Amino acid sequence: MPKYVCAICGYEYDPAEGDPDSGVNPGTPFDKLPEGWLCPVCGEPVSEFTPS
Amino acid sequence: MLPVELKKDIFWVGVEDFGRRDFHGYSLAPRGTTYNAYLLKDRKNVLFDTVDAQAAAAMLERLEQVLPASKVDYIVANHLEPDHAGALAYMVERCRPEKVFCSAAGLKSMAGHFDISGWPVQTVQNGETISAGLRNIRFVETRMLHWPDSMFSYILEEKLLISGDAFGQNLASGCRYADETDRALLVQAIEEYYYNIVLPFSSQVLKTLDLAAELKLEPEIIAPDHGLIFRRPEDAAFILDKYRELALQRPRKKALVFYDTMWRSTERLAGTAAEGLDKCRVPCRVMSLKNHHHSEVMTELAGCGAVIVGSPTHNNGVLPQVSAMLTYMKGLRPLNRLGGTFGSYGWSGEAQKHIAEALEAMKVEQPVSPVKCLFKPKTGDLAAAFALGEQIGAALTARCRE
Repeated sequence: MPKYVCAICGYEYDPAEGDPDSGVNPGTPFDKLPEGWLCPVCGEPVSEFTPS
Repeated sequence: MLPVELKKDIFWVGVEDFGRRDFHGYSLAPRGTTYNAYLLKDRKNVLFDTVDAQAAAAMLERLEQVLPASKVDYIVANHLEPDHAGALAYMVERCRPEKVFCSAAGLKSMAGHFDISGWPVQTVQNGETISAGLRNIRFVETRMLHWPDSMFSYILEEKLLISGDAFGQNLASGCRYADETDRALLVQAIEEYYYNIVLPFSSQVLKTLDLAAELKLEPEIIAPDHGLIFRRPEDAAFILDKYRELALQRPRKKALVFYDTMWRSTERLAGTAAEGLDKCRVPCRVMSLKNHHHSEVMTELAGCGAVIVGSPTHNNGVLPQVSAMLTYMKGLRPLNRLGGTFGSYGWSGEAQKHIAEALEAMKVEQPVSPVKCLFKPKTGDLAAAFALGEQIGAALTARCRE
């Protein structure tokens, strides 16, 4: 599953890890992130992410 | 120095650091800097931010001319970088505050810098308001302006914005207010600060300015954590407009040539490229990286719509100062620039390829092929360097007309 990186702060979303602090389980692909999910570092929406 | 009362019962309790030159370990503060901290006296006495750890005792001394530290009820940490929070543990120990406020991201930074066990930390949400008594304080998250933890504190009744690093300048001048200082010097200090710290987050600046308008924050006083305070409504409007202009990075009809050189061939090409720009009436500053720190060069870029980079080929690459400059510039993410590259070589000549790739990665538009010359520049090489400057100058002139 591809990883995605935030253009603003450089945080990388790794589907293998998910984002447990925001309730996103490991194994969740980027395009299946819940609506309203924001970058856990800088608070930007998914539109700021590009494949890394 | 005495505390300075900005408005009734609101005091500057910061410290000027006249001797500081190395700022954050990567840029220069040629005029020193100021760590601004503010104290609101109300039913709850609120301290906003602190200072560099080395200045902690000086800050405490100033604060205690207003009230004993033990009377401070709340401490707000708008940003946890050590030039603002370096004295936080010292102040928490002396004030024993009822609460320490920070953003959710601030809590992570705080825990990363200090042992906060036993601290009465309370995180605040974007837009949350707390009461100090007669005045209310609204917190506005400004993530990545310039750290994830950054936030503004806005004292609603006073229309006073405490803005952290945003709108700051490195100035230790003995003055507290923007209207007490020469405007050209102030603009230079604002641009220097923006281009070395805030520039990568220009999209956040624009969003924050729009958000401030949406939240109907109409600050009449803007009090940053470094440098001079904008105390008149016209000065507050000036700095907000200046930030919008800096964030938009519209092309400006001026060029920057920076270079390093071994046996002065590349230096000769730099001067010739500048002559080509001059022919187009595009003012150009030529900066040798032997004479100028990378943060000075970045500051110069603030006024320039084009940047031309020179390096000889050295060990199949570029000279180390040029490489460092390009790395620094790339991280600061300038936008909307034209550019090009030139340099001398002895046998292989890879430098221009490396520089062109670095400029490409910064989305610098390069209308002219790199100019390379074997050993000393001959007539044809000088003509090519002149044409490089001339064509970039013409392209920039056209872009500025759009």
